[in-house]
Amino acid sequence: MQIIFDKVNYIYSDGTAFSRHAIKDISFTINKGEFIGLIGHTGSGKSTLIQHMNGLIKATDGRIYFNGQDIYEKNYNLRSLRSKVGLVFQYPEHQLFETTVFKDVVFGPANLGLDKLECELRAYEALKMVGIGDDLLDASPFELSGGQKRRVAIAGVLAMRPEVLILDEPTAGLDPRGRDDILEKIAYLHRESGMTIILVTHSMEDIANYADRLFVMNRGELVMQDKAKAVFSHYKELEKMHLAAPQVTYVMNALRDQGFQVSTDATTVEEARKELLGLLQR
Amino acid sequence: MIRDITIGQYYPSNSVLHRLDPRVKLIGTFIFIVSLFMFNTLYGYIVVALFLGAVIKLSKVPFRFIARGMKAIVVLMLFMMFFNLFFTPGNTIFELWIIKVTDNGLRQAVFMGIRLIFLILGSSLMTFTTTPNQLTDGLEKIMRPLNHIKVPVHEISMMMSIALRFIPILLEETDKIMKAQMARGADFESGGVLKRAKSLIPLLVPLFVSAFRRANDLAMAMEARCYRGGDGRTKMKPLRYQGKDYAAYACVLVYFAAVIALGIFGDQLF
Ligand SMILES: Nc1ncnc2c1ncn2[C@@H]1O[C@H](COP(=O)(O)OP(=O)(O)O)[C@@H](O)[C@H]1O
Ligand SMILES: [Mg+2]
Repeated sequence: MQIIFDKVNYIYSDGTAFSRHAIKDISFTINKGEFIGLIGHTGSGKSTLIQHMNGLIKATDGRIYFNGQDIYEKNYNLRSLRSKVGLVFQYPEHQLFETTVFKDVVFGPANLGLDKLECELRAYEALKMVGIGDDLLDASPFELSGGQKRRVAIAGVLAMRPEVLILDEPTAGLDPRGRDDILEKIAYLHRESGMTIILVTHSMEDIANYADRLFVMNRGELVMQDKAKAVFSHYKELEKMHLAAPQVTYVMNALRDQGFQVSTDATTVEEARKELLGLLQR
Repeated sequence: MIRDITIGQYYPSNSVLHRLDPRVKLIGTFIFIVSLFMFNTLYGYIVVALFLGAVIKLSKVPFRFIARGMKAIVVLMLFMMFFNLFFTPGNTIFELWIIKVTDNGLRQAVFMGIRLIFLILGSSLMTFTTTPNQLTDGLEKIMRPLNHIKVPVHEISMMMSIALRFIPILLEETDKIMKAQMARGADFESGGVLKRAKSLIPLLVPLFVSAFRRANDLAMAMEARCYRGGDGRTKMKPLRYQGKDYAAYACVLVYFAAVIALGIFGDQLF
């Protein structure tokens, strides 16, 4: 599995008075098993960018390769691409439509043309993965709580067994408990099945905890793509883009300014703890 | 694709036409439409074309934008011209099997087509230059006298502005849900009629659910702000006629008089 973007541009309503250049000259490579964090201010083009990855939006200009094949080639099978690149939209619970939770999750695999048993097996497995218990399988999806609905919707994509899972702000609007829950599940998928993950989020703490590599978007441009530590060391620049580093980064920098001999590249609470304990023992 | 239809859209700009009182534009459009059926002379068409041209120029809406909207009604126009062309009695120009084209038919087809274009251009100019809110505000004020015979004018116009506001929201929502289901392998394009109709269920159910949710939220938000209908309600920006509005009325009246005069005294085309 490999995704390559080569100078991808997209303009909404191209050629009209309302045209909007949403993403500009985006180039990158994502390899199998990576956990990518995609951050950027609202309106910076994150959602637009990820919709290119499974061919829902066709780039105005530029090329996209999936496993070395140009997805805009004439006879390229976009539906098969969509089964390999699972995309969970923002507020995915708004797309639930079936009479029961189980049937809704079956929808994805059924569209792949698999036989009934296989579809149900996958649906069951996906629901287990997101932590939906057997007692909820026959409930109406509209009766569930917000966090449960969201997990069912994510299971709806997981049931297609994609190689890449893209999530657009999967924790938006959830309580802290529901948020940690979903992030833990995603991290588990990444760890256990080696699934490639692309996570769009506003929470720097989340990203620092889980992502291998960060993509930073600003006004439609991909301005940084680097390891989390490297990106957060530029926290002054991030602030100019209405972003921030994790809070511990600020704490460590403040300590450094006070004259303490600490390294400022801690991005998670755990790293900061080690660093501070080390300081105390010195 | 749905977004390509520009008829009925608002085109933001700051022209004189945009700044006119919506009542002037509503009444002006009404008079314009009436005027289209008051004449039958070549000069009449020229006067209307000149008037429309001037108004388009004043509106600062790019002609390309207007023209794109017209593309959407080409089918309707061909349909109408077709009937006029083949089913109008008169002197036969040429005959092919059972198809007869008459001189009157040809003339009517051409001129009805032009009239239809004028009509749509005129009315879409109104929506290009007036926001839906202004439009309903204007309508409400014009219809105000009906309040005396117990017509709930304010409520009707409020419903209208809400409905108009919901159109783009629902279009956007449709787009989003459609993409979300396509990401789950849904196929809205292939298959027979039955299969296609069935494939709409995953789109329509969430769309309805979301429309109801939004309506509910809106009702709640309105009640939270103590909305209780039109009685005793005042406006932040009450409509008041200004100099340019009277001038616009004068222009429209002069135009109307000219068209009527041409209709009475000009050479009849047919
Ligand atoms: N369907 C659309 N039509 C027109 N413009 C859009 C549409 N969706 C997004 N945009 C515009 O494209 C830009 C990028 O939007 P988006 O990708 O949603 O940003 P993000 O997800 O980072 O908040 C924004 O300026 C937005 O207004
Ligand atoms: Mg977004």
